[in-house]
Amino acid sequence: MVAVPAEVRPRGFAATERRDAWWVAPLLQGLMLAVFISYATWAALQNANYHWGGYLSPLYSPLITADWIPVPPSLLILLPPVLFRATCYYYRKAYYRSYFLDPPACAVGELRAGRYRGETAFPLVLQNLHRYLFYATFLYLPFLWSDVVHATRFGGSFGIGLGTLVILANTTALTFYSFSCHSARHLVGGGLDCFSRTAASRACHAAWKGASVLNARHMLFAWMSFFTVCSADLYVRLLASGVIHDVRLL
Amino acid sequence: MEAVLKIFRGDATSGAFRDYTVPLDEGMVVLDAVHWVQAHQASDLACRWNCKAGRCGSCSAEVNGKPRLMCMTRMDHFPPGEPITLAPMKAFPVLKDLVCDVSWNYSVNRRIPAFKPAPPEADGTWRMQQVDIDRVQEFRKCIECFLCQDVCHVLRDHDRKDSFAGPRFLVRLAGLEMHPLDVESRGAHLKEEAGIGFCNITKCCTEVCPESIHITDNAIIPLKERVVDEFYDPLRRLWRRLRGSA
Repeated sequence: MVAVPAEVRPRGFAATERRDAWWVAPLLQGLMLAVFISYATWAALQNANYHWGGYLSPLYSPLITADWIPVPPSLLILLPPVLFRATCYYYRKAYYRSYFLDPPACAVGELRAGRYRGETAFPLVLQNLHRYLFYATFLYLPFLWSDVVHATRFGGSFGIGLGTLVILANTTALTFYSFSCHSARHLVGGGLDCFSRTAASRACHAAWKGASVLNARHMLFAWMSFFTVCSADLYVRLLASGVIHDVRLL
Repeated sequence: MEAVLKIFRGDATSGAFRDYTVPLDEGMVVLDAVHWVQAHQASDLACRWNCKAGRCGSCSAEVNGKPRLMCMTRMDHFPPGEPITLAPMKAFPVLKDLVCDVSWNYSVNRRIPAFKPAPPEADGTWRMQQVDIDRVQEFRKCIECFLCQDVCHVLRDHDRKDSFAGPRFLVRLAGLEMHPLDVESRGAHLKEEAGIGFCNITKCCTEVCPESIHITDNAIIPLKERVVDEFYDPLRRLWRRLRGSA
């Protein structure tokens, strides 16, 4: 098949007739991802200053204190959530565009040469196991909500500090991010063709409708939760290292 | 007020962008400007169009590099004084000027397993509840403008027309697969012939759809999940084996 002659409409990396600043979105997206990933990696490797009073950094939750583990426990703790995000349908779009430049933006030429195979071959075919990483990270949510409860305990009595709100905001964002997942939407009812047949399928329809409302904002929750995870860790870290003091609200 | 259109003139072997100055009118769309050029400056300018109302999907082209319907793109959308580039869709062979050969799409369409209804009810008819067809009605909005096919990098840049059906036909497959009365299984077709794994969900198809169909989120990703159910999920495979249905 022959399209318009290449000398008139060039092909190749960044070739486009677009006049808008198409490169801004992938650049900002890539930079933000790099900042968050770098911070989370650095914080996970510290293995210190992740706990202050009732506050626990989400990067270290659930808390593992076994000394015999040869690597910082946070690396083990973070493995499922990191893979969950790496295979997330939203983040795939983000990093395919920003890092793989495949494509960098719509109707803009690509960097990649060679025969394209998409997600049909190893290793990208493993993206199909995203639902298992959803199952794994779903198990983290009770621990994270338990951390919120612990963050309201100040010397045996109930209280609310700025850290309580930071941890609550993070757990809420992570919960919305998890429940807005495309795989979750499929699992609760998206796989059905007929919703009205039985009481169970009607319940699935209600769950699917709810998941669809959240799913429409999956990108928002993805960025929000990335930001809140890093913010919550930073807040606890600064408290634990004595750089700042907690603000007690109640 | 005037605007300069830089329109591709030529065919698959040779061509160039030529400038045409067009007087502007209130409410004018790009297709109006092309018609003005045809009427006053280049009667041999080839351009496919029909309804001029965003319904027929005929006047697809690339306006300033973005796949758009010319009839739904207003001239006042562009900054005054800057030339507007008009080119045929890049993913398909150009026949002449702004007209492409989109027949490959029809051959893909013909290979999709047709709708196969479940047996009728006792009174010989079929009934569907609105709640069951809400989802597939979105897919029926498609006007087959093929802008999603044009912008899809798998077809546009990698030219994998040998292995990938493209977003338009994944939308059609979603409409059939999720239909409450359809009993045909298209899992193998989706995986092998339609090549759904080639889609890396970068969502350009959704961005250009003039009917605002959520192609990636509502059609392609749910179909990918169904393909995972059938071919990649080891627990589901085990479950089917235990039930004796694999």
